Amino acid sequence: MPDKGELGSLERRLLDEFQHGFPLVERPFEKLAEAIGTSESEVIDTLADLVARGYVSRVGAVPASCPAGTSVLAALAVSQDRLEAVAMQVNGFDEVDHNHEREHTYNLWFVVTAPESSRADAVIDAIERITGLEALRLPLERAYRIDPGSRSWI
Amino acid sequence: MDLSSVEEALVEELRDGLPLTPRPYRDIGMRTGLSESAVMAGIARFIERGIMMRGGGVVHRPELGFQANAMVVWDVDDGMIDRIGEWLGEQPGITLSYRCPRREARWPYNLFCMIHGRDRAAVRDRIQELRRTGSLEGVPYSVLFGTRGLYRGAGRRRSLPPGAVR
Repeated sequence: MPDKGELGSLERRLLDEFQHGFPLVERPFEKLAEAIGTSESEVIDTLADLVARGYVSRVGAVPASCPAGTSVLAALAVSQDRLEAVAMQVNGFDEVDHNHEREHTYNLWFVVTAPESSRADAVIDAIERITGLEALRLPLERAYRIDPGSRSWI
Repeated sequence: MDLSSVEEALVEELRDGLPLTPRPYRDIGMRTGLSESAVMAGIARFIERGIMMRGGGVVHRPELGFQANAMVVWDVDDGMIDRIGEWLGEQPGITLSYRCPRREARWPYNLFCMIHGRDRAAVRDRIQELRRTGSLEGVPYSVLFGTRGLYRGAGRRRSLPPGAVR
């Protein structure tokens, strides 16, 4: 049995196959088995194990619903010495989530979610006032794939 | 989302995913009073309407060995972005794919995706592979690696100091 954090080659092939789309046929696990050269029961057992170990959050097509309301991805360009303080200021808003650092001029990224876009804009306006920084505002236009685990798009 | 009551029942039944049985759609059908083919047709319609996504739920977390992640952004021709966005979303290692408006001089990118990998080298290799296999070699792009600085994570309202391991 592979260690936690290590995947065998069958498991890797199964996970890769999995992402292409879950087959819409009567025996989908048999179809996956054919694609990777193993048996239906091996696929079912391996998937059960991958689910138990947390590698797979759910089997089959995944709901595409984004958070209710409007989601705006926003970013700030913050000097390193201010980064932690600004991050805490951004955290002061309930509408903010997924606040994290990335390596780029725009180095603080977060998502603002509100029932209406006017509220999301107002939150970002307030963040700009408080921090003295101009935010990059990137409203979600279309999600092709979101995180099936957290139903998040960022 | 404008669903009939039957469709709503099916979405509810699918909430936790499919059962790991040889004929999962038939088994779902038995719980909802639908035939096996009606369940499959229903899911196909949900996918077509954008209510569900084709790919299965693969998880990529640091504790599972995926230590590196990068937001990769692309400046894709508007006529091709939906096709490329869908294609990227189905590629192994890609957990997110979505479209936002460009902000011209400041931010000329309209397609965003998230790639997870064992380490940065693996992520970089994967990006180059995707550029080749997706015929994206002519598309301007930028790579933004995530650091350990997570201030407020998915589902958690507690902030962490930078450098904290999730």
